[in-house]
Amino acid sequence: MNNKEKYLKAFCEALNITPEQTEGLVYTGISEWDSVGHMNLIASLEETFDIMMDTDDIIDLSSFEKGMEILKEKYDVEF
Amino acid sequence: MDYNEIIEIPPYSLGKEEKTGLLTARMKELTGFHMSHCQEYRRMMDSIGYEPDSARSYYDIPFLPVRLFKELPLCSVEPGEVFKTLTSSGTTGQAVSKIYLDRSTANNQQKTLARIVSSFTGANRMPMLIIDCPSVVKNRAMFSARGAGILGFSIFGSDRTYALDDDMKLNVDAVKAFLEKHKGERIFLFGFTFMIWQHFYKELAGLKKEGITIDLSKGILIHGGGWKKLISEAVSPEEFHQRLRDVCGLYSIHDYYGMVEQTGCIYMECECGHLHASVFSDVIMRRAADFSVCDVGEPGIIQVLSMLPESYPGHSLLTEDEGVLLGEDDCPCGRKGKYFKVLGRLKNAEIRGCSDTYAAKFN
Repeated sequence: MNNKEKYLKAFCEALNITPEQTEGLVYTGISEWDSVGHMNLIASLEETFDIMMDTDDIIDLSSFEKGMEILKEKYDVEF
Repeated sequence: MDYNEIIEIPPYSLGKEEKTGLLTARMKELTGFHMSHCQEYRRMMDSIGYEPDSARSYYDIPFLPVRLFKELPLCSVEPGEVFKTLTSSGTTGQAVSKIYLDRSTANNQQKTLARIVSSFTGANRMPMLIIDCPSVVKNRAMFSARGAGILGFSIFGSDRTYALDDDMKLNVDAVKAFLEKHKGERIFLFGFTFMIWQHFYKELAGLKKEGITIDLSKGILIHGGGWKKLISEAVSPEEFHQRLRDVCGLYSIHDYYGMVEQTGCIYMECECGHLHASVFSDVIMRRAADFSVCDVGEPGIIQVLSMLPESYPGHSLLTEDEGVLLGEDDCPCGRKGKYFKVLGRLKNAEIRGCSDTYAAKFN
């Protein structure tokens, strides 16, 4: 699996959604991605990429696309 | 003013003069904003003849009684903009406050909390032990203030583990496994004062008698939610600290004062045992007789001001708590700003606070 696939899988498993739902998805855009879902998502991404995110980045991760941007810029995850 | 710029200021870095200038400008701006966006608020300001430009300092900004949020839906954004409604903790039968948040205010709350707390805990996230039960965040549609508090603080932790099970019993095996896994690391503990005393401290004390000790000497505990029940059991903050230190070696313990009506702007207890106002908010102690401003050392009703609320007119509120200002800019801990102590609830006020409303069931 490449990083894009891993990212997608982590997202879907943490929020219990299908890959089709992820495009353009924003925080609180669906009921699954609420503040509880968000913390599950962070745990899932951290485990998948073996990273520890900063609190500011956790707050800023507000969409599916933004998450990739943060991981790329701050945590050296190439997509 | 753009709050994104204000939030870059280190939380305890401004002296009285600078802070007064900043806070006054922001408070006047927020008052004007809510007057033009919340009809009910506008009517209240009109009825007292308040002119937005008349305030010379933030001391002149009118305050709303905090319980008004239980009686009126007060909102300064269109209903479609509301993305989360926070409710206060209340005992059964009590009315609850409803606080309407749009994305921007909710985001600013979380960021502000992060600024304040990480100035105590450091920027790195730590393994987190939550002194509560998992079910408190299960009902995702409607969060209690207790659940919101736990979630709000969760961003400072990693590997979050609940120390209690859903019957509020200490899960000794889970706690032991967690500490074994994170041996030698700093640990972040979070919970509400009464739950920590009743379901954590008392259990640990019992275990200690059986020869089982739990070492939390590398822990930092942040707790809040009210002291009422512990005061009635004659447990002072000093004793709370001492007993926790004795039973598990935990010595870094910070109480906080805060309320759902001004989420994000919490007042953290420093190493000297004083609650501190950050640059993002402030307290004014007022005399009950005429609401004039108390002197340092004189107990009064606590007014709280926060730079955050944009989606609801809650930037200046009169609480039902009594407190005393201890000083400003000169706490021995080195933090600037006002420092104070909360004395308790006013007589005949409702029971509130995540710890106290829960504790009311133990009477």
